[in-house]
Amino acid sequence: MTETRDRDDVRRAPARAPRILGFVALKLGGGALSLLLVVVLGFFLFRVLPGDPARTMTRSAPVSAEQLAALRDRFGLDQPLYVQFRDFLGKLVRGDLGTSYTYNRPVAELIGERIGPTVLLVGTATVLAVLLGLWMGTRAAWRHGGSADRWFTSVGLTLWSVPTFWLGLLLLMAFGVGVGPLPGLFPVAGMSSPDVPAGALPRVLDVAHHLVLPCVTLVAVIHAQFMMVMRSSLLEEMGEEYLTTARAKGLREDLVRRRHAIPNALLPTVTLIFLHLGLVVSGAITVETVFSWPGLGLLTYEALRVPDLPLLQGTFIVLAGSVIVMNVLAELLYRVLDPRVRAS
Amino acid sequence: MGVRTAGVRPSFPRAAAVATVVIAGLLLPVVLAPGALSANERGDGSGQEGEVTLRVGIQQEFDSLNPFLGFSRAATEVFRLIYPTLTTHSSEDFSVVPELATDWESSRDKLTWTFHIREGVKWSDGEPVTAHDVAYTFNRMMTDSAAATANGNYVDNFADVSAPDEGRVVIRTETPQATMRSLAVPVVPEHVWSRVDDVAGFANREMPIVGSGPFEVTDYRPQQYLTLEADEDFWRGAPTIDRLRFVNFENSDAAVQALRKGEIDVARKLTPAQFDALKGAENIERVKGKGRRFYELVLNPGAANSAGDPIGTGHPALRDARVRRALDRAIDRSELVDRVLGGHGTVGAGYLPPIFRKYHWSPPDGERRSFSLEAANRALDEAGYPRGPDGIRRGPSGRPLDFEFVLHGDSSTDALVGEFVEEWLSGLGIEVSLQPVSDNQVNQRTTAGDFDMVISGWSVNPDPDYVLRLQTCGARPDPEGGGLPDSFLCDERYDELYSRQLAEFDRHARVELVERAQRRFHEMATGLILFYPNALEAYRSDRFAGFEKQPAERGVITAQQGYWGYYRAEPTERARTAAGETGYRSAAFVIVGVLLLGALAVFSVSVRRRRTAEHRE
Repeated sequence: MTETRDRDDVRRAPARAPRILGFVALKLGGGALSLLLVVVLGFFLFRVLPGDPARTMTRSAPVSAEQLAALRDRFGLDQPLYVQFRDFLGKLVRGDLGTSYTYNRPVAELIGERIGPTVLLVGTATVLAVLLGLWMGTRAAWRHGGSADRWFTSVGLTLWSVPTFWLGLLLLMAFGVGVGPLPGLFPVAGMSSPDVPAGALPRVLDVAHHLVLPCVTLVAVIHAQFMMVMRSSLLEEMGEEYLTTARAKGLREDLVRRRHAIPNALLPTVTLIFLHLGLVVSGAITVETVFSWPGLGLLTYEALRVPDLPLLQGTFIVLAGSVIVMNVLAELLYRVLDPRVRAS
Repeated sequence: MGVRTAGVRPSFPRAAAVATVVIAGLLLPVVLAPGALSANERGDGSGQEGEVTLRVGIQQEFDSLNPFLGFSRAATEVFRLIYPTLTTHSSEDFSVVPELATDWESSRDKLTWTFHIREGVKWSDGEPVTAHDVAYTFNRMMTDSAAATANGNYVDNFADVSAPDEGRVVIRTETPQATMRSLAVPVVPEHVWSRVDDVAGFANREMPIVGSGPFEVTDYRPQQYLTLEADEDFWRGAPTIDRLRFVNFENSDAAVQALRKGEIDVARKLTPAQFDALKGAENIERVKGKGRRFYELVLNPGAANSAGDPIGTGHPALRDARVRRALDRAIDRSELVDRVLGGHGTVGAGYLPPIFRKYHWSPPDGERRSFSLEAANRALDEAGYPRGPDGIRRGPSGRPLDFEFVLHGDSSTDALVGEFVEEWLSGLGIEVSLQPVSDNQVNQRTTAGDFDMVISGWSVNPDPDYVLRLQTCGARPDPEGGGLPDSFLCDERYDELYSRQLAEFDRHARVELVERAQRRFHEMATGLILFYPNALEAYRSDRFAGFEKQPAERGVITAQQGYWGYYRAEPTERARTAAGETGYRSAAFVIVGVLLLGALAVFSVSVRRRRTAEHRE
């Protein structure tokens, strides 16, 4: 397999350069178009939500018509829709996502504050879940039907179907508060303690300490999907004749698996990983809520409750944008990884 | 390894071994150093030994630290701690007491008010607090619409505000205003705020925030915590605690668990179930305070805007006061208190909750509409709403009595109340369709009059003017959408009583007028007061011996009209002497152990693999 691919590349690469560029341009163009659609949709979608934004902003305060008018003026809500859209686009180009109704602060600033914690939490959890899932999926498939397979699959699928909120609360009570003789090992909420001594190491340790429970909850829930995809695609590969060839060459089973079967079986998983990376930014609303993690998921949830239009719009664009970018990357990478896609 | 053939038993046992080592590594520090972990429980979060920090769990984010903009309850609570107000409310019984103003007088026509400002009060940056700061604050609200966002309603009726000298503020109003003695507007330092051009865009997050209260904000992390340090130079004297910290929790269950564990000292806004579950919990004292809220079922009496034009989709039958009173008789309030609130509340009667003893009015026996389905059925028969062949009552026009009941979708209280009411009204031959929607939609539909029945409720201030005003004709939305209606009551007699109480400066006479207004509201039956929920709180009794409650009898310890609870919290000896060590050390051991072991395992496995691989090829 590998040999064929190498020869193929060497022989045909020069002739293909324009086609590759075209492919890249097509994918990037598609991505850009999707982004544009997201922006347009983001603007109009939230305009059809029931309710008057100016009334939303004042919540339950008794305000006069003049005060309402002043608010509408300040947020440009008295302008016709197309003018609002034009202003919105103009600001967006400059990276200005507008001002949040709830916080009276720039949306970009609010998102900037929350994106770090979310990437830290969901990113760490995804990396761990991918590693764990791939490893377990490989084990399960290689000796499918065996005890490891049965255990991994049933535990993984059980956790996958458990409500995240509930699992988080269980972990919080067991390892945050402590049950019986088991002391509470981890903090129950937040991302950092206020009283950590100065210095980088204590701060990092403190955040790591807070990270454990929400991260474990997320890993427990999401690792099963990587495991199942890896397991099934590896099972598919295992029937292939090139593995028999490899074994016939006298390669040890370990190497047949690692050098031949796994690289091929990884392909479908790559797409899944990239799609998931797109979701990393959106945060994990339930987990962030259970553990009061100050991330983007929580911000979105709060914005939706009010509803805070500019904030919703901003989070929607950031979230959808990250998914699109990751999708484009996945497609480009897939082509690099899988020669069959290139040939077709 | 190299000898092994064809991977009969690959490295599964090895993985198990690694896992075991990792788990052992995780638990080792726990087993070996129980002391390190008990420090975690004991850790009071203070920086130094002997300093006391009071940590309060809150379930709401500060919408803004700018006192002109922030009006979430969390934010206003902080403003009460860091900015002075002219007057405040006593912890004993909510009566108005001097704060920044030592005394005040009004002209004979009640249009001019003079407040005498306390001498020797300083801002936290050392500048004196003067009458000019007060005048500046009000003037900014009157001239800058952004500055009127949070408290604009206080200055609506102001003609002008001036400070003839450092010690006096003179306020002239357009019409007499009885609320002049309780202007809950945070006063800001002019020398800081005059440099702020754009109030709407100013976050006020430069630490420490310049204020002049018992505490000073020194640290704020959005959605995580806000720290306040005691101001030793506070004019009333330094607070008993050294530091106050509000810790954010996104869900109240986590806050309760944090209280059990000792990560926070006070948890509030507990649900009845959480409150009951904390009964008998070690080192936890529960506080069941009388609530300031009333919980109301509004019946649409034919909504109209301020121009008198009918709006909305209200059912015509509800315009008939006899129907509204009959519905009132079909609601068993004590059942609701028992089953919905778990007994943690008071049966509703008059408009103002019993916590405000002076103003609370409850219908006397002759006027009370006690629960009776038979009486309600009879009343509807007599009023001319006979049952149709399907058992559903019909109005004079033949339209069946089927009501849309709008509820707050995320409130379990609303959901339960909705089910009970639906059941009771079906006994009257009335169909109710429950419509749980978002909070925002509840507000929108209420303002637009698009409901037959809707749940409402308000927190009542010590001065009842604010909520009484909600039931006046003037509170109805104007055609452009301003105003804030509650039950769309527009009744001449009520309005007359309301205006008279607002202009009445004799306390006894005003109390009487407020009572008469409530009686009229009860007669009209546009808003049925179902109950007054208790405010449920709990605190760590091992660290705090008590808090000054407001009011003194069955009061609350947080979210007061003033700063008493936090200002006069009583730390225990244990809280004062506990070592200032935080729990991070033990955690550090655990994590470092895990990381080291994990790294070691990965390293050794990969080295072995590489070696065997090289060996083979």
